[in-house]
Amino acid sequence: MTYLAKPRLHHPALPVNKLGYTRRDYEGKVSTLCAGCGHDSISAAIIQACWELDLEPHRLAKLSGIGCSSKTPDYFLGNSHGFNAVHGRMPSVATGANLANRDLVYLGVSGDGDSASIGIGQFAHVMRRGLNMTYIVENNGVYGLTKGQFSATADRGSKSKRGAVNADSPIDLVSLALQLGATFVARSFSGDKRQLVPLIKAALAHRGAALIDVISPCVAFNNHAGSTKSYDYVREHNTAVNRLDFWPSRDAITVNYGEGEAIDVLQHDGSVLRLCKTHAEYDPTERLAAMDLIARHQAKGELLTGLLYLDPGAEDLHQHLNTVAVPLNSLGTADLCPGSQILERINASLR
Amino acid sequence: MKPTDIHTPDYFHKVVDCQWACPAHTPVPEYIRLIAAGRYGDAYMINWKANVFPGILGRTCDRPCEPACRRARVEENNVDAGGAGESASGQTGSSAKPEPVAICRLKRVAADYKDDIRPRLPRRAAVMNGKKIACVGAGPASLTVARDLAPLGYRVVVFDRDPRAGGMIWSQIPRFRLPMEVIDEEVGYILDLGVEFRGGTEIQSMKALLAQDWDAVFIGSGAPRGRDLDIPGRREAAKNIHIGIDWLSSVSFGHVERIGRRVIVLGGGNTAMDCCRTSRRLGGEDVKVVVRSGFEEMKASPWEKEDAMREGIPMLNMLVPKEFTHEKGRLTGVLFEKVKAVHDEKGRRRLVPTGEPDQHLECDDVLVAVGQENAFPWIERDIGIRFDEKWGMPVVDETTMQTTLARVFVGGDAAFGPKNIIWAVAHGHDAAISIDKFLNGEDVRERPAPTVNLVSQKMGIHEWSYDNEVAADLRYKVPHRDQKIALKDIKVEVELGFDPKLGFKEAQRCLNCDVQTVFKPKLCIEFDACVDICPMDCITFTANGEEKELRTRLNAPARNLAQDLYVSDVLKTGLIMAKDEDVCLHCGLCAERCPTGAWDMQKFFLELAHAGPACRPGVTTKTAIPVRKAA
Repeated sequence: MTYLAKPRLHHPALPVNKLGYTRRDYEGKVSTLCAGCGHDSISAAIIQACWELDLEPHRLAKLSGIGCSSKTPDYFLGNSHGFNAVHGRMPSVATGANLANRDLVYLGVSGDGDSASIGIGQFAHVMRRGLNMTYIVENNGVYGLTKGQFSATADRGSKSKRGAVNADSPIDLVSLALQLGATFVARSFSGDKRQLVPLIKAALAHRGAALIDVISPCVAFNNHAGSTKSYDYVREHNTAVNRLDFWPSRDAITVNYGEGEAIDVLQHDGSVLRLCKTHAEYDPTERLAAMDLIARHQAKGELLTGLLYLDPGAEDLHQHLNTVAVPLNSLGTADLCPGSQILERINASLR
Repeated sequence: MKPTDIHTPDYFHKVVDCQWACPAHTPVPEYIRLIAAGRYGDAYMINWKANVFPGILGRTCDRPCEPACRRARVEENNVDAGGAGESASGQTGSSAKPEPVAICRLKRVAADYKDDIRPRLPRRAAVMNGKKIACVGAGPASLTVARDLAPLGYRVVVFDRDPRAGGMIWSQIPRFRLPMEVIDEEVGYILDLGVEFRGGTEIQSMKALLAQDWDAVFIGSGAPRGRDLDIPGRREAAKNIHIGIDWLSSVSFGHVERIGRRVIVLGGGNTAMDCCRTSRRLGGEDVKVVVRSGFEEMKASPWEKEDAMREGIPMLNMLVPKEFTHEKGRLTGVLFEKVKAVHDEKGRRRLVPTGEPDQHLECDDVLVAVGQENAFPWIERDIGIRFDEKWGMPVVDETTMQTTLARVFVGGDAAFGPKNIIWAVAHGHDAAISIDKFLNGEDVRERPAPTVNLVSQKMGIHEWSYDNEVAADLRYKVPHRDQKIALKDIKVEVELGFDPKLGFKEAQRCLNCDVQTVFKPKLCIEFDACVDICPMDCITFTANGEEKELRTRLNAPARNLAQDLYVSDVLKTGLIMAKDEDVCLHCGLCAERCPTGAWDMQKFFLELAHAGPACRPGVTTKTAIPVRKAA
């Protein structure tokens, strides 16, 4: 952490986005996490993604639970809506908020403790319901705030800083999300912003439940030789299945590839994901194949990263529930109280 | 690019823009920090050692450091953010533009508020070494030579045609800019070292001087001749046409106490500014400065132009004097031709007549301040000192300040034409080293290296021995005396100087550019934490490349080619670290965020060698002038 606020001064040639904001305008307060924490890199990636998307800060709601990861929303998007929920209960709050106001962009930030232990039930249901949100898990495999006990995502056989060996089976949030019906599933690494930033942009544009599991080494308690979530281990065992570029619309595409090198995927909102394959046998629209390959790599102790699964035709909770198309706060008296005739008709239909 | 070699003193020296730009390489951030800490005496001594005249320069320096100051570049496109402190700190009237730290006026704060520093000055030599040195002219160059050599045991005699020591410092700079006490004090420190001053002694013949038993002679006679303007009417109206620098020194001597009501000053340099402001104090009510060139091209420093205009003196540009008009032997005014600037295909500027009718400006007196010249009628051309035929200047080695006659050295304006005090001081230091080496039978071409020190400033976790918080304040203005009082008395100083409180605030604007970001590639584990926290996007981890191409693909484009890139060796992932030094705030956040200590903040202290045994190889004794190393 640093005691000083980051100076407001910025580079004289710092570019502005379409809204006239610099990247610095998307920052929050100065981080109080340990120096070198992977979570700070993720915060920086979120800032970069939102700036590149020309997102109006007041159109975004950031939600979190409890933990090191869940503190981070204070460190980015200082002008957005924020809600710090009870431990593991961020998905319920996000669901409620989203149902009330479907026009905001929802970004949930959670950790492996918050999502894979106390909040695993909530995690499971928000994925299977297809809530339109981006769910980022800052996954470091330990409870950093309570001095480094194994979390539920720690790999079996990995060692703690004090030498204890983990005997429990790990929960793989990516596999779980795929099984539960999430429509955008990705994994990345806090040390690789080039991969992470386009993933966050694509996830924010995705309509449906989008999970990004970000391996984020804990420098204080889980960055040693026996760890499988250290910077060195992840760098050595990381296999990226694809390289992603993201454009908000087809007209905005600025890079051309030769034929067969890349595939474009169009999303509901008109945005385009261009996937450049780096892994020959991988097709991210094939859910079962994805689950299979992830499991095979996991068995070898390797980590598959990139956009692992995408359903471009996904539906979200509002479509399932057939809710009203506008935020509830924009409904007037006439909408909410349509009159006795309508009531009569409803009553009649139920008789 | 090859990895940067930070062990060459020049690399980090260049990062300290102000020190690099200063001819005497004064350790600027170091003394500014001491001012902020209220250690004015220590701040003064750092200055005194490097530039000899802190109190004088703190009022009159040409400030080459300020245009170089990083603060102005950092505030570029940032004044909204930077101006946050504006209302709170009462910085009224500032036009919210990027400005350097007021380095020059902070120097004055050190001089104004220091305690008695005399015990810290070098002692008179206990034993004389038997060598005698004559200095011609008692200006800043000669006095610097005297200060450097007298404590070493040399017998230094300074000659001047004026009865006082100081040279142009006291004869040309008016008292309302530089009070007599300040000159007396700082010149006194030097003369008290056992330097003999022979005032009222004009050296008429170099041959005669050399015939005496001087072991070395230093020429610091300045550029004593003001250029004249030979146009019609000059001779007829001579009584009311004065050469600027001669007139200024007559004022300093007290020989001139009045001037006409309407005065025209011809010329756009700093002498012209001193002439017009002096006129305002000697009865000139309608004083104008008339310049051939445009306002921007005027040679005067911007702040001196500002000070003159504040005293109600208009600057009339693009007017070329054609004729002095007169009636019955009395000056009536000056006739000017109107011109405009035309640029030829090579971009060179020429002034051509606009064809409009000439303009006549009435006046009672004219002051001609159109330039200064060197004059060496007293140096015979057959004694072995070679002269440049074209310019009539002695041939001087730029490093050693030696002439073609081995025991004669030159410095200040006498060496390469009119410059300013700080250059004279730098020349003086160089000449003193040469003289000392020369008289010890050493090769003067072998120059001593500077003393360089690089020390970590880490005190604890996120604790540094310097104040790394970056102040948002804009530049503070130096308070001025009420004009009604200032214009009445030529001896009343206009600038009041910063008080300690304002001085502290201004000192806090300094970015501590001497506290360097030192990168250790072996410790780096490429977390990017420094990249994320850097407020100025200075740091990039990327593939190596040629400098020109690399500059284009950094996180922020490195367009300022005058500023270096700091490039590391190849890191574990095959990338390199590249840092653009241009707008680094030296806030140390990279070092605070780095979990492995790959970044460290280390104070770079560079001090030029001054004449003495340490400059002579084979002799290992401590330097003559002890200086307290500050934290």
